[in-house]
Amino acid sequence: MHTRIAIAPEELVARLARPGEPLLTILHAIQEEAGHIPEGTIAPLARAMNLSRAEVYGFITYYHHFRTAAPAPIAVQLCRAEACQSMGAEALAEHMEQRTGCRFDSHHHEDGPAAVSLQSTYCLGQCALSPSMMINDRLYAKVTPKKFDALLQASQQACTEAAAKENI
Amino acid sequence: MTRIFVPCDSSALALGADEVAQALVAQAAQRGVEIELVRNGSRGLLWLEPLVEVETAAGRVGYGNVEVEHVAALFDADFLHGSQHALCVGVVDEIAFLKKQQRLTFARIGITDPLSTEDYVAHGGLEGLRNALAMRGADACQLLIDSGLRGRGGAAFPAGIKWKTVLGAVADQKYVVCNADEGDSGTFSDRLAMESDPFMLIEGMTIAGISSDATEGWIYVRSEYPHAVKTLNRAIEKARAAGWLGADVLGSGKTFELHVVMGGGAYVCGEETALLESLEGKRGIVRAKPPIPALSGLHGKPTVINNVVTLASVPIIFARGADFYKNFGQGRSRGTLPIQLAGNIRYGGLVELAFGVTMRELMFDYGGGTASGRPVRTVQVGGPLGTYLPESQWDIPLDYEAYAAVGAVVGHGGIVVHDDTANLAQLAQYAMKFCALESCGKCTPCRIGSTRGVEVIQRIRNGDTSVKQVTLLRDLCDTMLNGSLCAMGGMTPYPVLSALNHFPEDFGLTGAPQTAAA
Repeated sequence: MHTRIAIAPEELVARLARPGEPLLTILHAIQEEAGHIPEGTIAPLARAMNLSRAEVYGFITYYHHFRTAAPAPIAVQLCRAEACQSMGAEALAEHMEQRTGCRFDSHHHEDGPAAVSLQSTYCLGQCALSPSMMINDRLYAKVTPKKFDALLQASQQACTEAAAKENI
Repeated sequence: MTRIFVPCDSSALALGADEVAQALVAQAAQRGVEIELVRNGSRGLLWLEPLVEVETAAGRVGYGNVEVEHVAALFDADFLHGSQHALCVGVVDEIAFLKKQQRLTFARIGITDPLSTEDYVAHGGLEGLRNALAMRGADACQLLIDSGLRGRGGAAFPAGIKWKTVLGAVADQKYVVCNADEGDSGTFSDRLAMESDPFMLIEGMTIAGISSDATEGWIYVRSEYPHAVKTLNRAIEKARAAGWLGADVLGSGKTFELHVVMGGGAYVCGEETALLESLEGKRGIVRAKPPIPALSGLHGKPTVINNVVTLASVPIIFARGADFYKNFGQGRSRGTLPIQLAGNIRYGGLVELAFGVTMRELMFDYGGGTASGRPVRTVQVGGPLGTYLPESQWDIPLDYEAYAAVGAVVGHGGIVVHDDTANLAQLAQYAMKFCALESCGKCTPCRIGSTRGVEVIQRIRNGDTSVKQVTLLRDLCDTMLNGSLCAMGGMTPYPVLSALNHFPEDFGLTGAPQTAAA
């Protein structure tokens, strides 16, 4: 989970955009630190890399990995490619939607800002141990509805505990 | 002191290997037993993960699917001496799935600690590089041509010819780029190589560099493989410290530097020119060829670009010679192919064999049939752009030309098994949907055709099985096949047409199918 401390976008870019580094590497570093690519980083990044803002924006939005908004505290990614489909990933996806009240690949939630987000992904490279998924940065294989429920509950509990700690 | 091995690759970790390792250490301490814990790579017997191994006089004895709650019972059963327990799978090297294989490229995986330079050298590492350093570049390229090694990423282009072209090009800078954007569902051999034997890739790329006069290498790893990125970065650091990389490779005076970059989650960046664009800081959009990357690749410079398994196969070829490698395989498909058994399969994992094995042998003799216990309906070979093979094609020897003859592809060697609950019309529609999601947008047949493909298959699935709809789908596939620059649009029709031709009943079609456009 990413702690959301406001970091000045210019400062982020000044620190992470090193000349000669691939744009991909710089954006990964920004997202790693800020949790997403803040809009304010685009202009300073364009200046630092000698690109137009349109080029930077086009780059960020072309790649599925980069997000322009903060992720939900519990971000679930389920593989929905062929190997996982052959082991019931679609039925699992349905279960996950019912269990969480979220829709896959949608940023909307019935009750306001989502604590959980469900995202489709296409191959996590665990095709002999399907279905596979990630919860935040952690990978899980041979996922069943029961296993998902247990992991979700553990994640929710960890979130509640973390929030309680912050309030102390 | 007993040595215990707990794998540290992402498959084992996804099933709780770290927790098992911690529990083993804690339990040993509690019992006052001294153990040495080694975090090895995966053996590729993935259905057994986490596979804990104990070194005994008889060999390394394995315990499969170990969970934290089993640990105390394993100690009680005296597993430190390889004793019987419900989870015991015997001496790992004797497991038929492994013993019957011809592991050349993957000879070391699971045996060694992936990040130990000593282990690597003790198991034959660097022999190939030392031989290559003693050769002229032209001879090294010729050796690779003679070995018959073809690109294992899917296109199967002779690797040595590529290297020779780069060597012959005149430029102030040349590059080696490793395509580690292994996006095909059902494939994981690149990941296994990077996580379980990263020095092998480093050695292969270094050989490519010194053979083609390239001094700089880049590994482009997909963002879905963060663990592989971490492992590679640590391995490169160690290789540099050991003098395997840098300004004076193994004291030869030759230079080779290596960097890792993580991709952005775009499937099409597995296409080599889109990958190069991405590496240059642009959207991953396919380039028209010519010019070929060997003459104008990264930053417009001559570039050797091969996938992970191709480059990882190089060290053994240089260590044992072209003839040794060429003597495996058949026809124009020489050497071995790391096949990945995936999907609905009982014993899933890595099977490295010489070309020529059949799908039936792989699925049943190695894979043990489906995981669900139901009959196999079909198998998709070669990733999302590969064909669905009906049972009548399960006895074709796995060989680039033999597969091409029936309109199928070997691709990256990934095979995804589906049982009889699979709906091929749904899978065909998914193939079109995936193309629509991942198309880079450069070619109209791919960008728009894929969306139209989803729609027309939906109409057929909704019951409009008229000749008009089926003709439209075939026509669309024909346009995509012949009107796309790269394999994304050009091969999406493969799964679609094979599903339509071999499983028309899933589309609600009766009678003889029309002949395929492909």
